[in-house]
Amino acid sequence: MTDSQLRPTDEAGVVEIVNAARAHSTPLELVGGGSKRTLGRPVQAASTLSLAGLTGITRYKPAELFIAAKAGTPVAEVEAALAEKGQRLPFEPIDYRPLLGTEDTVPTMGGVVACNLSGPARINAGAARDLLIGIRAVNGRGEAIHSGGTVMKNVTGYDLCKIMAGAHGTLGVLTEVTFKVLPQPQSVATLLVFGLGAEEGRDLLSRGLGSPFEVMGAAHLPAAAAARSAVPAVAGAGRSVTALRLEGFAASIAYRREAMRDHLDTDADIEVLDTDTSAVLWREIRDVATLLAPDDRPVWRLSVAPTHGPGVAARITEALPAALLFDWGCGLIWLAPDVPAGSSGAATIRPAVQAVGGHATVIRAGETIRAAEPVFEPQPAPLAALATRIKEAFDPSGLLNPGRMVSGV
Amino acid sequence: MLAMPKPDHQVLSRRGEIVAGLRERVARPDQVIDHVDELRAYETDALTAYRQMPMAVVLPTTTEETSRVLRFCHDQGVKVVARGAGTSLAGGALPLEDAVVIGVSKMNRVLEIDLDNRAAIVQPGVTNIGITQAVEHEGFFYAPDPSSQIACTIAGNVGMNSGGAHCLKYGVTANNLLGIEMVLMNGEVIRLGGRHLDAGGYDILGLMTGSEGMLGVVTEVTVRILHSPEGAKPVLFGFDSNEDAGAAVDAIIGSGIIPVAIEFMDKPAIKVCEAFAHAGYPLDVEALLIVEVEGSKAEIDALLTRIEAIAHDQGAVYVRRAGSTADAAAIWKGRKSAFGAMGRISDYMCMDGTIPTGQLPHVLKRISEICDGYGLGVANIFHAGDGNLHPLILYDVNRPGQLETVEACGADVLKLCVEVGGCLTGEHGVGVEKRDLMPYQFSEIELDQQRRVKSAFDPQWLLNPHKVFPLEDAGAAIEPTRAAAAG
Repeated sequence: MTDSQLRPTDEAGVVEIVNAARAHSTPLELVGGGSKRTLGRPVQAASTLSLAGLTGITRYKPAELFIAAKAGTPVAEVEAALAEKGQRLPFEPIDYRPLLGTEDTVPTMGGVVACNLSGPARINAGAARDLLIGIRAVNGRGEAIHSGGTVMKNVTGYDLCKIMAGAHGTLGVLTEVTFKVLPQPQSVATLLVFGLGAEEGRDLLSRGLGSPFEVMGAAHLPAAAAARSAVPAVAGAGRSVTALRLEGFAASIAYRREAMRDHLDTDADIEVLDTDTSAVLWREIRDVATLLAPDDRPVWRLSVAPTHGPGVAARITEALPAALLFDWGCGLIWLAPDVPAGSSGAATIRPAVQAVGGHATVIRAGETIRAAEPVFEPQPAPLAALATRIKEAFDPSGLLNPGRMVSGV
Repeated sequence: MLAMPKPDHQVLSRRGEIVAGLRERVARPDQVIDHVDELRAYETDALTAYRQMPMAVVLPTTTEETSRVLRFCHDQGVKVVARGAGTSLAGGALPLEDAVVIGVSKMNRVLEIDLDNRAAIVQPGVTNIGITQAVEHEGFFYAPDPSSQIACTIAGNVGMNSGGAHCLKYGVTANNLLGIEMVLMNGEVIRLGGRHLDAGGYDILGLMTGSEGMLGVVTEVTVRILHSPEGAKPVLFGFDSNEDAGAAVDAIIGSGIIPVAIEFMDKPAIKVCEAFAHAGYPLDVEALLIVEVEGSKAEIDALLTRIEAIAHDQGAVYVRRAGSTADAAAIWKGRKSAFGAMGRISDYMCMDGTIPTGQLPHVLKRISEICDGYGLGVANIFHAGDGNLHPLILYDVNRPGQLETVEACGADVLKLCVEVGGCLTGEHGVGVEKRDLMPYQFSEIELDQQRRVKSAFDPQWLLNPHKVFPLEDAGAAIEPTRAAAAG
């Protein structure tokens, strides 16, 4: 795909490389650890710019609830440093390696931002974009810029952190990222409710999410997905499992799990998982791969209003058999359609999402499919034109990850 | 005094024709205000030291009208300033003499409450508190709670990414928005987000939030609503020094507890608030903290007991856990009436920097030295948990030269915030007030990057120009060229 790899060790090196790329009109494919290199459209670039040489936690102030790290710093290194002080990244970033078959790679903090990762906690704690409070980056003009800082409340100038989060490296080369962090909970409990249909599951999750008990995860696993879990209580259920996660101080969780049970007011069977078992289940839900399907079908990620989740899934699976699971109160659908090789299922999936509003992203598919079809949600003309103008405002020569999100941009 | 841009006389000379054109684009003639007596209500916002009478005010009732009005102004080369309730403390909604103001006050309906998706869809002129009032009978609320929440509109909250006292737990506006509909300067209508989470492409919703009305005019907003906690209770602590209070904040957060709010007041602020609100604040301490937690009664008691033990270890000399709802209200009343109470005794300029919380004692000492140097008094009120500082610098507006003095003093305080690793504004915005300080926070290259973002939305710089960026190079004729040449 590319014939040379550039590996700077500091921001000045990145500036130099982008300037050289600009002078020679040679686009760059940006890579951190490479764990999500197949997420998005294939990039046609003469050179690869690896950020793996920009590593290290630059500042960590537990009492001020922030951590800053260079873009190539392994996520695991940051998580370990936080864990040592009893803290964590609140948005629970998904580890895409099992799903994308990149187990031998090292996901980096820059990748977390570029792909705006999140996990089950997103429904309460937000995504990477919500906790990202500072960036340093080099734009497509070879200029080093910063936005934000180390504080949560900051409205000084436009919030370029937000536009960089989820831009998949098309607006700038991230060199350093700063996140707000929060304490790890002392205790976690998961209420499992068995045997509900998708719509009943959604209604139950909605009751939980609409309670005062601060739900930190709300997923519905159809029977087939539940059967693949490593948690015996889930795998052995032989039916669907609807899961609600509560986190906090031990005394508080002891109270809230009972209060929640009363609040849900269901005749269905309920079981409660403890802190350690909860961790296993929610990691499976976060990373999706083992619950969805162990094969190489295309995998889609759909975001819709939670009330529409089961309906959208039903409309798709009527035409196209698919493995699926729901997170975010049924607003997030992970879907692996059973389609012939060379097809993604877009013709069925996209209209189903567009009918209710939301977005659908191809997370896993062969390179041919990703080159030929939109990977991200197609946008109405005025919005697409605005996005193109934003791209040009950062990268006028189209040097950075050209075509990663939209063909020709 | 801040300099104001020179109006475009070519545009001013066409005022009659422009007003007539605006009237053709709305349903009723009274939606366009052009009489000087009525225009006066729009000549300033909450930065009242500055006034600029606009050419006309338009009050659209629909997205379509907003789009027609913007398209017309775009085609006529007329500048537009969008206005919520005009509560901006930084002059973000300050009109221009050669501009048309678009007010959202006639778009003030709650369109839909969607409890199943925990969302509310409202028109831009709905007040912040109006959203909570629309859902509280169901036990829900809208989390961001700026001090001006009774008056300020959700459109203004989007423009300024407003915060409040409770963002330590619930985040700021950006974290509580699900979607918006907006109109670009050229009249194009763009919808971002909805009842689902995250963007399918670039996070333009995130970029719009806090863009101070310079990128688009918001015509509809979808917010996340939350179920209210079972209960909430504050505890009041007094300390003998700002250092002890600062250390207590660090120790509470360091223990793994994230209270819903931690508010700080220094001695001058305590005195004035107590005289006004009779909250029962101790007057013999140097600093007060109000710490509030939420949950069930048992959860609250357990958390407050831990927090009290930590505060005690950090040298708290006064502890008062709210004994009743009335007592809790009294504790908060003192804090919430601070700005009004201060206004009774003196004119003041309210600053809004954010600092790393570890710098609190140092910064308070330096603020006091800076204000002493200018011969001005200062009272400090502070969202301590998130480092958002509100020094109120006291002055006398009627004394010649005092406005200039207090502005210079305020600028020094904000430069200090940047120096210690913070920022110029935490929640009030840059507006006109801090636009000339932007070079302290950003390099010229960084400002140019932001200017190019502005140009991507509004190539002619017609929408709320002369805000955020330093005035000397913010002429509408300069920037697009600059951005184009640079691009």
